[in-house]
Amino acid sequence: MNEKNIFIVRCGEVALKGMNKPYFEKTLAERIRRNLKDYDGVEVKRHEGLIFVRSPKELNSEEIIRQVSRVFGVSSISPAVEAPSDLDAIGETAVEFMKQQIRERGIRTFKVEAKRADKTFPVKSPEIARIIGASVLIGCKVLKVDVHEPDCKLFVDLRRDRTYLYDEKIQGFGGLPLGTNGKGLVLLSGGIDSPVAAWMMAKRGMVIEALHFHSYPYTSPRAQQKVEELAGIVASYCGRMKIHVINLLPIQEQIVQNCPEEETTILVRRFMMRIGERIARRSGCMMLITGENLGQVASQTAEALVVTDACVQMPVMRPLIAMDKVDIMDKAMEIGTYEKSIEPYEDCCTVFLPKHPTTKPRLAQIEASEALLDVEGLVDAAVKSEEIVRIDVG
Amino acid sequence: MIYLDNSSTTRQADEVTALMSEVAREDFGNPSSLHRLGLSAQNRVTLARKQVAKALGATPEEICFNSCGTEGDSTVISGVAESRRHRGNKIITSAVEHPAVLEACARLEHKGFEVVRIPVDGECRIDMERYEAELDERTVLVSVMTVNNETGAVMPVRRMAEAAHAKKILFHTDAVQALGKIPLAGIGADFITVSGHKIHGPKGTGALYIRKGTHLPPLLPGGGQEKNMRSGTENVPGIAGLGEACRLLERESTEKMAAARMYLLEGIREQIPDIRVNSPKDGAASVLNISFLGTRGEVLLHTLEEDEIYVSTGSACSSNKKGRSHVLSAMGLSPKEIEGAIRFSFSRYNTVEEMDVVLGRLTAAVNRFRRLGSFR
Repeated sequence: MNEKNIFIVRCGEVALKGMNKPYFEKTLAERIRRNLKDYDGVEVKRHEGLIFVRSPKELNSEEIIRQVSRVFGVSSISPAVEAPSDLDAIGETAVEFMKQQIRERGIRTFKVEAKRADKTFPVKSPEIARIIGASVLIGCKVLKVDVHEPDCKLFVDLRRDRTYLYDEKIQGFGGLPLGTNGKGLVLLSGGIDSPVAAWMMAKRGMVIEALHFHSYPYTSPRAQQKVEELAGIVASYCGRMKIHVINLLPIQEQIVQNCPEEETTILVRRFMMRIGERIARRSGCMMLITGENLGQVASQTAEALVVTDACVQMPVMRPLIAMDKVDIMDKAMEIGTYEKSIEPYEDCCTVFLPKHPTTKPRLAQIEASEALLDVEGLVDAAVKSEEIVRIDVG
Repeated sequence: MIYLDNSSTTRQADEVTALMSEVAREDFGNPSSLHRLGLSAQNRVTLARKQVAKALGATPEEICFNSCGTEGDSTVISGVAESRRHRGNKIITSAVEHPAVLEACARLEHKGFEVVRIPVDGECRIDMERYEAELDERTVLVSVMTVNNETGAVMPVRRMAEAAHAKKILFHTDAVQALGKIPLAGIGADFITVSGHKIHGPKGTGALYIRKGTHLPPLLPGGGQEKNMRSGTENVPGIAGLGEACRLLERESTEKMAAARMYLLEGIREQIPDIRVNSPKDGAASVLNISFLGTRGEVLLHTLEEDEIYVSTGSACSSNKKGRSHVLSAMGLSPKEIEGAIRFSFSRYNTVEEMDVVLGRLTAAVNRFRRLGSFR
């Protein structure tokens, strides 16, 4: 048998990218390598549109699978064994492989599916499957064929030089390799939604920076600690991250003292966007990302979103816009941010909440209220007060 | 830095730190070992036991070292419930106990015990009439704290213990907040819980007083240390530190604490309107709890923190939970009053001069909040 464990990694959508295909594949292999950099003796190689990971036998396969399947752009991964592309050799390897499945999983029925990537190979796929199936039946007396509901479905992937055998496909997240789609600035609050929004954009290949607003001393330093920990979880998918941290309290105080109470939320929201755009421009981010979700709260009605958007030039990505809250929560649980998000420290959005926020703001009215404030001065001061926290992969 | 959160924990005294590192370095032996190193470690423990006993007005044989106040409370409550189950299934406590007592009682409640929580009035005074009426032949244990951690209210433990003893009922008091603040000798309890880190001693150390002749099953079975009351190799440096902290208490009076507290209270009364003083007049010198109406305690806390002034809202153990202080609730305070409550808690290291700084910053913080709030 082989000295190393082999994993076949499939690239999904990357394969559709035509001319850019080599670039995407190369980036993906690079991302996989980076996720495995702490493991000695692991090789990551591209070959015929697939990525092959070979790891020393003594490394835990589960660990390798976990690290690889969380790389964006990976559609699935299969632990496999290999054989020379020769029907006798494949048959022997298949018998060994199935004996192991009998020992470890107690399988009793099986089915073989074959695929001939090398079309010059003289035997066609259904025939390959039949021949290998026959070898398994002879080699493993306890097994029977069941084409409908087999305990084990053995895949035979026959290629020019080597043939790969495997029986499971572990799904990855899909998406595109990180770094293939620009950089965005996410407004990260510490709630459930914004980490999911950041994750979803990162999944499409976008590098993420974050902007966090607090209202110290109206919010707890623990709230910021929580945001840093959340960012650490997101960073475990999309690499080290920078958080720009800004105290919004001076602006909130001005709004509370000068503007109509029911407009507080939307006014604060527009300041966040303006500050976001300035920070984004300065740090090379081409768009803003928010966790906003149509109709979830007063600042997220259609009217409010229109008024919010009107103050910035930059595109604002809202990947959660049409999702239901329960689906967002499911996603947060899947990526591991949910438990952290529901820790009960106040974030700055809950401070100065008006009793009856306006849900249908009109732009002219909001702009009239802003005329009571030194908008540019406040934004300048806020941007200047920025602190930067660097988050390592959590 | 002005540290006014001494009911949460205290700064460890330098003398304690020095002694602990000496013990850790020199006398690292296991007190159970037969060789000389074991003996010198054991001597450290013996000395500490005398020092703690003295602070509690007890004999050394009555002192059992453990890890913290919570352990002491749990040992007594679950232990007495187990050993006296045949006599009855009722436990009396107060509505304002530390969670260590309340949760230990709640656990027994699930096992079929009846737990009576005696209410308090608006000044955190326990309802003695109700208490005496509840003492009956089914009652196996009373557990009432000596000094309340949030308000500083001093409970009439001696009278309560006498009433319990008249009915042959065991009496436990959590004196974690009382040690070093009020005399404990002759307090009349069968069990007393104390903790090191509230008296400038080390965290992770505590002691339980068990009156001579009183039986209590151990929480942890094992190697039989502490006369089989608390198995596990002794935390020798910690125990030595706890002893030293008790020794240091002897040279101190509570006068400095009381002076700082009184100065702050009078200053607040003069400068800040719309307050409610939640600590009783005859409370311990260590705690001052005040509600600043129309503010939020946590915001005041963070505002003061910016000037390195450290206070607390309610008790530290419950400040992370959504719920409001159970003590202030039991006193009948409104949600608004609870929301604006700040606890200042003092130690021998605080000075009157510090209180001038606190007053200035506190007044500014309250005014700022109220000004902003008035726009709403």
